[in-house]
Amino acid sequence: MPPPLQAQRLLLSHRRLPSPHRRRFTAVSSLPSSPAKTVAAAAAHAPSSILSIRESLLSGERTAAEITAEYLSRLRRTEPSVRSFIHVADAAAEREAEELDRRIATEGLDAVGPLAGVLVGVKDNLCTANMPSTGGSRILDGYQPAYDATAVRRLREAGAIVVGKTNLDEFGMGSTTEGSGFQVTTNPWDDSRVPGGSSGGSASAVSARQCVVSLGSDTGGSVRQPASFCGVVGLKPTYGRVSRFGLMAYASSLDVVGCFGSSVVDTATILSVIAGHDKMDSTSSSHDVSDYKSELVPLDLLESKPLNGMRIGIIQETLGEGVETGVISSIKDAASHLEQLGSVVEEVSLPSFSLGLPAYYILASSEASSNLSRYDGIRYGRQVSGDDLNELYGGSRANGLGHEVKMRILMGTYALSAGYYDAYYKRAQQVRTLVKKSFKEALERYDILVSPAAPSAAYKIGEKINDPLAMYAGDTMTVNVNLAGLPALVVPCGFVEGGSAGLPVGLQMIGSPFSEGNLLRIGHIFEQTLQNYSFVPPLLAES
Amino acid sequence: MALTLLRGMRTPVVARRNAGLFFTTLQTPLLSRFTTRAESARAAAHKSIQLATKEAAEQKTQSFEAVIGIETHVQLSTVTKAFCSCPYSYGSQPNSTVCPTCMGHPGTLPVLNAKVVECAVKLGLALNCEIATTSKFDRKQYFYPDLPKGYQISQFDIPIAKEGYLDLDLPVEFGGGHRRFGVTRVHMEEDAGKLLHSESGSYSQVDLNRAGVPLLEIVSEPDMRTGIEAAEYGAELQRLVRYLGVSNGNMQEGSLRCDVNVSVRPIGQSNFGTKVEIKNMNSFSAISRAIDYEISRQILLHKEGQADQIVQETRLWDESSQKTFTMRKKEGLADYRYFPEPDLPEVVLTSEYIDEIQNSMPELPEAKRRRFENMGLSMQDVLFLANDDNVARFFDSTLEHGADAKLAANWIMGDIAAYLKNEKLSIDEIKLTPLELSELIASIKNGTISGKIGKEILIELIAKGGTVKSVIEEKDLVQIADPAAIEAMVDQVLADNPKQLEQYRSGKTKLQGFFAGQVMKASKGKANPVLLNKILGEKLKANS
Ligand SMILES: [Zn+2]
Repeated sequence: MPPPLQAQRLLLSHRRLPSPHRRRFTAVSSLPSSPAKTVAAAAAHAPSSILSIRESLLSGERTAAEITAEYLSRLRRTEPSVRSFIHVADAAAEREAEELDRRIATEGLDAVGPLAGVLVGVKDNLCTANMPSTGGSRILDGYQPAYDATAVRRLREAGAIVVGKTNLDEFGMGSTTEGSGFQVTTNPWDDSRVPGGSSGGSASAVSARQCVVSLGSDTGGSVRQPASFCGVVGLKPTYGRVSRFGLMAYASSLDVVGCFGSSVVDTATILSVIAGHDKMDSTSSSHDVSDYKSELVPLDLLESKPLNGMRIGIIQETLGEGVETGVISSIKDAASHLEQLGSVVEEVSLPSFSLGLPAYYILASSEASSNLSRYDGIRYGRQVSGDDLNELYGGSRANGLGHEVKMRILMGTYALSAGYYDAYYKRAQQVRTLVKKSFKEALERYDILVSPAAPSAAYKIGEKINDPLAMYAGDTMTVNVNLAGLPALVVPCGFVEGGSAGLPVGLQMIGSPFSEGNLLRIGHIFEQTLQNYSFVPPLLAES
Repeated sequence: MALTLLRGMRTPVVARRNAGLFFTTLQTPLLSRFTTRAESARAAAHKSIQLATKEAAEQKTQSFEAVIGIETHVQLSTVTKAFCSCPYSYGSQPNSTVCPTCMGHPGTLPVLNAKVVECAVKLGLALNCEIATTSKFDRKQYFYPDLPKGYQISQFDIPIAKEGYLDLDLPVEFGGGHRRFGVTRVHMEEDAGKLLHSESGSYSQVDLNRAGVPLLEIVSEPDMRTGIEAAEYGAELQRLVRYLGVSNGNMQEGSLRCDVNVSVRPIGQSNFGTKVEIKNMNSFSAISRAIDYEISRQILLHKEGQADQIVQETRLWDESSQKTFTMRKKEGLADYRYFPEPDLPEVVLTSEYIDEIQNSMPELPEAKRRRFENMGLSMQDVLFLANDDNVARFFDSTLEHGADAKLAANWIMGDIAAYLKNEKLSIDEIKLTPLELSELIASIKNGTISGKIGKEILIELIAKGGTVKSVIEEKDLVQIADPAAIEAMVDQVLADNPKQLEQYRSGKTKLQGFFAGQVMKASKGKANPVLLNKILGEKLKANS
């Protein structure tokens, strides 16, 4: 039984293999002829850590305490350079693991949930009852909620252990995690680069195997872009698929709780647990939740052309100007791979695509300006005394909120002001309707749409910090999906030059509402058949 | 949990933390905005001022006309708050009925209480409104420490009900008359908390018990012209919400709050004058007085050529001086930056749902008044009987047992009302049942007892209960209607009072009353008075 992680061995193959034809997807052709070889390959390609943990506990090979200790020791080793976590609950995690072991010993494995012994990182804008929850903002420094967010509660009820709270751009506003009020997280692939954002801590923590899986939130790409930058699987579910209860609201009509894993199987497993209607969130859907993991076909049982008959649209507007050539070629390679798996891939144009970004920033900022009003220093969080009410409000907010947050509050306040509402907010809503419509039409013709998750791979820390427009432009690939409320899965698909070992690139797959099962199925086939890459960062080879 | 959440909210904590949540420079007006001051006991002492104001208003109104519109907030008596499952009861320990949601903690979301919609539809229908089958919630944004989220969940452009009206009958003592006042809209929203200011004024505390309690805001058309009309509009709304059971309508507790807009204009002018908002009136009589004061103030300014001194502002009614005072001037319109509440789906109502509520509606005050009026009762009687739902129910039930409407009305408005007033009880708190009242009326009508005995029995029944029959038997109160028995008593009285009889015979015929009284006394009040007088008259005549 291999341990869930074999960094050394996997690292050997993570770079592109030299090939004269630049055609590197050989798995499919090898499938029918040598199943034995593929099975071996499957073990090497994004194995399920959750499955491995379950098997360890079942066989008694390792205890929950040992598994926890392994992750915590890696966390302690890597955290000084990665800084994924704002808060690490190592003692609580150890205690919970021991408690699980006791219950397994006395009542058997069935007595504990399916995620027993699975260490989860939780983005710090999700409320946790026994840990600080700051949203990455100084204004909530020291704030400890009275309750668990629904997604967190469901994970805990399934036996998962929350190992800590991951770093983010303050209240989810940013694409680099540099906007955190506490610390800057680095990319495990290159510590001079950003992990992406806003869920940068959750992505880097999974990438560096500081935890098994993690929760993030995605308002305009905050799960998908860092997944791409860090070389992990990231899922942004359909709006309403996962309860937002306990998620500190940034833009309520766009916010979705999402998840990260080092494999599609792990991501699917987490989604099944956190998805579903919640009476605490009126916008959560009562659409059926399936056991997404069970719908994933293992590599050795795949047909030779598993995507036969599938129609895939590659969004034309995402492969043009402003997109790095390395990214474009990675995506084109991924498209070829999808074709080899039996699907038909065609370019499709979404005419309203370019309108999405400005509409997104108006709507998100408008809602943010309202959602963040509660951080006023009166009931909780930081309070700055004042001689009158305005001074108290002004002082508390000026002091507690960061630059980017203030800017978006100002933008949103402006957009909602009398006389401007029609020109901005209302117009942006009309654009949103157009975006929805164009996605709907495209998804009537194609089973899924694909695009890069970001126009570039991870960039340098500080590179865009003084150029917010450049940072916003990085969200082009993702914001339209939030406007349309659709599910999207990002799966690592290749590399571009950079760092010591290359920088990962993610493929975004977009589906119709509530088609997560389909996205995960396709993503899993893609991942399992992508033979020549491994997405374990060089950081893990260092000791 | 509340304690740990409420950092800085429990009594001593705020002061300790940084010597005050904040310092307010608007102490007095703010205070009065957030206290529910009881109706002043000194009101009577100010009657003269009130009268003077009223007379002045009436006199000056000859060339001016007032235009009055009212915004009423009705707090719904649902078991839980509008968007969380906290209970609410007036007067609880501060911050004892709160949760993360109604305190605006991070990550919390509103979940609509279906009862709120039901109440809104009920009141909307009762106000003859058009009910929106699809409406939505919006956020009204402003900063204030009693507003936990920094916005109030309300309804902006699509209220749940709109374009209705309210019918009422003005009290007879104010000239009477039927009125119909337009209702612009009814919408759902949530209440804010309360600020409690320290006596020293150095710090303030927030009580969030009331935060998130459901309200209906009812906006009237500017159809009212006098303080009385406005007060009666408010009173009729109060009756409606009580009839419907959606609110206790209690003004002292702040369950029903009226903000009034008043402007005046020269008669014949079609444009409205500058409107002034008045708040802080804790009774309908205060509404009436405040408006009359405000009208006379504005007319006076007009007459003195200082109409430009009338500015858009909010004024507070001060009960002790019986005047309105500036609270804050409005600099342009406040920008609440309304936008659709993204945390709540649209409110979609089926026609079945609306019909079901319509069919379950009780008879409303206006219908009741018209029904009572058709019984031939005077408007004074009608208003008395219909104004209080319990009284109306008692009256109707008495009639169902066969009582005559006019007689039943007289008993209820007379002896029963007097008793209730003395004992400070409501009609459903006494032991008298409508059945026994109808029995009592029947017993008098058929001569079993006299009216006088009836009054005695009534008091007995009100206080102790029981049946008319048992009280009559127990106390041997059956009217003596046997002519022979009465004749014997008459004879006895005449024999016992020879001196008076002598006087009668010498022409002092007024003494018949004296003899009648003596006979009635001898019968312990039970003698049939008609028979008594007939027999007595005959005897006196025969003997003279
Ligand atoms: Zn509550």
